[in-house]
Amino acid sequence: MLKKISKIPFKGTPEQEAQLRAVIDECKDDKSLLMHVMQEAQAIYGYLPFEVQTMIADGMDVPLEKVYGVSTFYAQFALSPKGKYNVSVCLGTACYVKGSQSVLDKICEVLGIEAGECTEDGVFSIEACRCIGACGLAPVMTVNDEVYGKLTADDVPGILAKYQA
Amino acid sequence: MYRSHVLVCGGTGCTSSHSAEIIEALENELKNRGLENEVKVIKTGCFGLCALGPIMIVYPEGCFYSEVKVDDVPEIVEEHLLKGRMVKRLLYDETVRKDEIKPLSETNFYKKQHRVALRNCGVIDPENIEEYIAMDGYQALAKCLTELKPEDVIQIVKDSGLRGRGGGGFPTGLKWSFTAKNSADQKYVVCNADEGDPGAFMDRSVLEGDPHCIVEAMTICGYATGATEGYVYVRAEYPIAVHRLEIAIQQAKENGLLGKNIFNSGFDFDLHVRLGAGAFVCGEETALMTSIEGNRGEPRPRPPYPAVKGLFAKPTTENNVETFANIPQIVLHGAEFFNSMGTEKSSGTKVFALGGKINNTGLVEVPMGTTLREIIEDIGGGIPNGKKFKAAQTGGPSGGCIPASLIDTPIDYDNLTAIGCMMGSGGLIVMDEDNCMVDIAKFFLDFTVDESCGKCTPCRIGTKRMRELLEKITDGKATMDDLDELEKLAYYIKDNSLCGLGQTAPNPVLATLRFFKDEYIAHVVDKKCPAGVCKNLLKYTIDADKCKGCTACARKCPVGAISGTVKEPHTIDSNKCIKCGVCMDTCRFGAISKK
Repeated sequence: MLKKISKIPFKGTPEQEAQLRAVIDECKDDKSLLMHVMQEAQAIYGYLPFEVQTMIADGMDVPLEKVYGVSTFYAQFALSPKGKYNVSVCLGTACYVKGSQSVLDKICEVLGIEAGECTEDGVFSIEACRCIGACGLAPVMTVNDEVYGKLTADDVPGILAKYQA
Repeated sequence: MYRSHVLVCGGTGCTSSHSAEIIEALENELKNRGLENEVKVIKTGCFGLCALGPIMIVYPEGCFYSEVKVDDVPEIVEEHLLKGRMVKRLLYDETVRKDEIKPLSETNFYKKQHRVALRNCGVIDPENIEEYIAMDGYQALAKCLTELKPEDVIQIVKDSGLRGRGGGGFPTGLKWSFTAKNSADQKYVVCNADEGDPGAFMDRSVLEGDPHCIVEAMTICGYATGATEGYVYVRAEYPIAVHRLEIAIQQAKENGLLGKNIFNSGFDFDLHVRLGAGAFVCGEETALMTSIEGNRGEPRPRPPYPAVKGLFAKPTTENNVETFANIPQIVLHGAEFFNSMGTEKSSGTKVFALGGKINNTGLVEVPMGTTLREIIEDIGGGIPNGKKFKAAQTGGPSGGCIPASLIDTPIDYDNLTAIGCMMGSGGLIVMDEDNCMVDIAKFFLDFTVDESCGKCTPCRIGTKRMRELLEKITDGKATMDDLDELEKLAYYIKDNSLCGLGQTAPNPVLATLRFFKDEYIAHVVDKKCPAGVCKNLLKYTIDADKCKGCTACARKCPVGAISGTVKEPHTIDSNKCIKCGVCMDTCRFGAISKK
């Protein structure tokens, strides 16, 4: 499974780090608890950036490549954070032929990130999804649970501006 | 003493339809009316009839209320619990006979069922060890530790004829004896609760409804095989099951039923819970052990078998949840009790998760040897909307399908293997005439391609090539040579993959090729999908006689493929049409059809 690796600078707080250290201290004598520590770390940070993986590797005394290997094997581990607003563009057939690719391209252009990534301020993330069953409204995008239909690329800036406050 | 007990299902199915809120409302309402010392509310595990959830049963009457909503609670309390009058409109109609309540055991859904593994599900409060003990819980463990030698326990399990319920069907007693005879400073017991088949949820229901029975069974297995530590590997997607299992382990420890010197026998046993992280391959036994060790969950070649070198390279016994769930009953009532049920080579019962095109979706437990017809027509209540039964898929992405012509096959391990199918873990997906078998095969292959761990080439690359061939077929671009190639590749992957995932991945294709070759040929030669599923082979047309020219479809068409003038019959340009089906849904005159 290919996973998108985040380019956003890591912004962990000392509190988060203290929480993670506590988990590591409790588990470091049993290397088989690596996955457990990673699950806890993801609960603390929301995803597993390299900085966190390095902390885990050092704390548990296992090679970083092993932590990375585990994080990319299991579907549950995320290497990129989700934004406060997750923008999802339908690339299903109906939306695609009505130009959803250009809508997606426009969103990427406006936000300066690619699909599968999150903006530096953590406000937006973008993903491409398959059919959401709203073909009559094609092309469609969703922002969290809100659905926007019959879009053109020109509509994109206005919609995103509503969330950019 | 309570004069009335209200059982509310707290399984995952009913919880998603708000059973937790119902329990809360019920408790508040009872308190408001001062009934809290007269009526007891119990949150149980799954009753099995998930299609009718949320479910509530009121005792002593045995009223079975189905599809209960939070708003119904005041009426139930006022009418039934206060005034003693049943709320008829909420009763499951199968349980009503004239004006009396028919016992649940006489309804079609429950009549042919025989509950061994599920015996406590929906009956006891899974978060209360006393209720489990009241149902003979931990007696089997006491019997083992105080009366039986480890080899006696293994003999009982052997004699019972119990076979692995995870899918393979390997004799459980034999498996235990392999680990028992290997001496080591440390041995392990592992419970496989990584139930990954889409559409299967029996292990989840056992853990949610009767977690103590798994704790007890694993301890028994530890005693029999000489292991002092156990691991339960549960999917992270099952939070309720994990929570209840953790409570059960804690309670067992507090009561001296787990830990040091259990029952003063000198036997120690400790249990840990480990969570999966979303990888189907971890349901394979060696991959699961690799994952518990904290690694990428890739399978290991066998031999060495886990009984020799398993978890942390120590002798290990691994069984699935349902297998363990049978153990306490077998020990307590003897091998005879168990092998008197079922068929000669497949004793006992099997739990199936019924899903797909069937009226009573849910969980059923039947003696081995029950025919598919009984499960689908009698227990499952048949196919909805008067459609015709086409096939049942067993064993998920590793299994095959049973066509309508074999609906009278008694279901057990050997009969299913004989028809090229597989028991699997017990997912049973029913399909009707509207399902395309080629499309189903493609769906399962999509799944295995996604979930292949990538360690061995036949599975990693082979399944991808198979999927491409299937896409070619459903796109109408394949030739008969492609069909031969598909079959050849399927056997090659089966023979050469490292683990169970790859070895069984081609099964859905092979089974559908075997029973539904005509459908494949229709796709390849006639370029038609008989069930009308495969989009690229469909053509939408407007019947000029029925079309009123209302323009509704033309306005809804997302690609502007429909043209025509008002009040004149319209036409669809099939070159532009993307087969989304919106026009057909929109037309009020039934003028649009697909073929």
